[in-house]
Amino acid sequence: MNVALLIFHLTVMLVAPIFMVGIINRVKSIWAGRRGPRLVQSWYDIARLLRKTPVYSQATSWIFPYAPYFVLATTITAGLIAPVVPGFAILAFPGDLIAFAYLLAFGRVPLMLSALDTASAFEGMGASREATYSALLEPVLLLSLGTLGCLNNVMSFQDIVSAGTRTEFDVTVLAAIVFALFVLLVIESSRVPADDPTTHLELTMVHEVMVLDHSGPELGVIQYTAAMKMTVFAMVIAAVVNPFSVAEGGVIAMLSMATSLVLLGVVAIVVGLLESLTARLRFRALPLFILAAFIAVVIALVAVVARQGGLR
Amino acid sequence: MVPRTVLLRANDEIETLNYSGFRDRLASHLADGRRVLSCFGTPQTEAPTGPPVLHAIVLGLTGLEQFCGRGTPGDEFPSLSALYPQMHCFEREIHEQFGLSFPGHPWLKPIRYEGRNLGRMDDYPFYQLAGKEVHEVGVGPIHAGVIEPGHFRFMCYGETVHHLEIQLGYQHRGVETLLTKTPPRKLPPLVESIAGDTAVPNVVAFCRAWESLCGVPTRPGVEAVRGIAIELERIAMHLVGVGGLATDVAFLPGSSTYGRLRTAIINLSMRLCGSRFGRSWFRPGELRYPFGPKEKDDVRATLQLVRRDLALINDLFGKSQSVRHRLETTGTVPTALARDIGMVGMAARASGLTCDLRNELPAGVYQQHAMPLVTEPAGDCQARAVVRLREMDESLSWLLRVIEDLPDVGADPPALLKPRANSTAVSFEEGWRGEVMHAIRTDAQGQIAHYKVQDPSLRNWFGLAQAVRDNAIYDFPICNKSFDLSYCGNDL
Repeated sequence: MNVALLIFHLTVMLVAPIFMVGIINRVKSIWAGRRGPRLVQSWYDIARLLRKTPVYSQATSWIFPYAPYFVLATTITAGLIAPVVPGFAILAFPGDLIAFAYLLAFGRVPLMLSALDTASAFEGMGASREATYSALLEPVLLLSLGTLGCLNNVMSFQDIVSAGTRTEFDVTVLAAIVFALFVLLVIESSRVPADDPTTHLELTMVHEVMVLDHSGPELGVIQYTAAMKMTVFAMVIAAVVNPFSVAEGGVIAMLSMATSLVLLGVVAIVVGLLESLTARLRFRALPLFILAAFIAVVIALVAVVARQGGLR
Repeated sequence: MVPRTVLLRANDEIETLNYSGFRDRLASHLADGRRVLSCFGTPQTEAPTGPPVLHAIVLGLTGLEQFCGRGTPGDEFPSLSALYPQMHCFEREIHEQFGLSFPGHPWLKPIRYEGRNLGRMDDYPFYQLAGKEVHEVGVGPIHAGVIEPGHFRFMCYGETVHHLEIQLGYQHRGVETLLTKTPPRKLPPLVESIAGDTAVPNVVAFCRAWESLCGVPTRPGVEAVRGIAIELERIAMHLVGVGGLATDVAFLPGSSTYGRLRTAIINLSMRLCGSRFGRSWFRPGELRYPFGPKEKDDVRATLQLVRRDLALINDLFGKSQSVRHRLETTGTVPTALARDIGMVGMAARASGLTCDLRNELPAGVYQQHAMPLVTEPAGDCQARAVVRLREMDESLSWLLRVIEDLPDVGADPPALLKPRANSTAVSFEEGWRGEVMHAIRTDAQGQIAHYKVQDPSLRNWFGLAQAVRDNAIYDFPICNKSFDLSYCGNDL
């Protein structure tokens, strides 16, 4: 059973990013009145980039070509910790949710350094914006995961999301956490309304501007990593919402896996709808967007702690 | 009979003063709040390297007024810009072209690197902002989109722009010299390519100036079709502009729908004259493509379709909270500032100014069918978007009225046109961006001695620089798109 789950987890983590991007683009195309590219188009784009020879600016140092691979490595590791289905993650140990949060944070460092490495005013601005947002996002991420842990009194990712039977109270708390996780997903994967992945305006970019100088395979890796980061957050959301735990085995486990796949698709569609129907937020309003998520999860945490009889 | 937007004078009939008289006259017009439409120099016929003859075109109470200023070698012209900032671009241009010095000019920087500044693009005197935490961001001249070249230098404190310096001139092609040297028969295609997005107003302004010089009477039928072409171009360009604004704020329904509607309009233009941008539609005295019942039906059907869809998307765009949140209070140019720096056209109307030559000097078809004035008081990006949306509505209704009441075009006059000698014709046309001016001066043989073109962008670029101040650098692309200025129109 575990081997099957392991293969399932790895496959979802590695293949779903392509389809997530494909579904988002398809939703946007439909709203724009177009047919849109095929669902796996981003794979062809990445494959094309992988075949190219990278070009380097003379200003860059050794850190520049390695940064994308470093980010890919941290994202994959975070993806091994994040469960797709309740009750199973490839890497599971006590406190792994803190490792998850800091693996993502760790991945930012080389990317920001490689942006500064190019000595471009644009990329410096991008790095500064990325640093600001990661500082604002970190408490939201840690509080969401911590609240999940408190709800079930455990400290490992795969267990905190295996909620079992849910009371109305659980559902309410989970709704607040899912909202916070969705905000995190939108900002972390640079989607509208936080960022605009399709814009050509350097002055307005956050993530895209940091990778302006990357080309060829490195750019392909960066695009794949960005899609994977989004998928990892979507995986966590799917696992939190999914009511079926794979720990029960048999048909329930199969149902659990199917439900998570559907939920991943739903997340992609919601991201696509958001991207189709709203304009991008003003930069200075973004902290308020993060604050909304923060307040939601703080309320959830206080409720959970109060129900459990206060801090022990 | 010369249209009201054209001023035709024999060169010796134009009131000519010396520099100080010229300056006083100009200052009194400015003090009275008259609109100075243009102020430019031409070389003296007898001494081409001497101080230039200055020409001012002012919109007076009864119509256009022109007067000249003649200097003697060694004359200076104490700058008016410090008192009346709107004169800054004219004085800079004259300084650049003729080397006339303007003592006291606070901002005597190159306009487009012609004349005395030719080949000196690497030493633009950028305004300096000093301090430990201040940083500069240079953007361009090559940009990420498929747009024209221009350099923007932002002096920022964090994300806040304290000053934006705009360095243009990368598109300088020597238009005015070229137009002066080109045989008149070959002028129209050149005029149409001065600024590709303003092809129709340019060629119409040229045609009117040339027809006046040649004594060709205007024909109501031709004037009506010219008005139709100008308004079609206005609708098409406003659709592009608002669509671009929607793209820049990542509002997908806006960017896709406005783009689609624009195609309907330019394809209509294609069916009417063989060019989506209205090129080769008009020549002096001539309407090159018939506008009969078939064309009329086509225009009516297309515009009604566009109007139906436009209402839907305008509603969606206008009511979207997220779009308004981005555009409102972004890039504000208050009315007083807009007036002081002499902004014109659509951007000025969005700052509450009432400058629209179709209203101030209705000529041709605008005389029979008045075009309502559209203004918005706020002066921010939202106001510029709303002005464009409302102007589209007005133009659509106007077009639907005009095609039902088309005068007969009549026969074309003989093709050989001979201009009057020693005369000056100054012709204005309110294009979608603002007023376009063509001034043609002929010599004793009836050849073109000087050709002057003015695009509204010349005056509005400074408005953009002002609008961006104290805004986030992140909002610059929206401000830029909302002004939608021409690089080549400025660079000539």
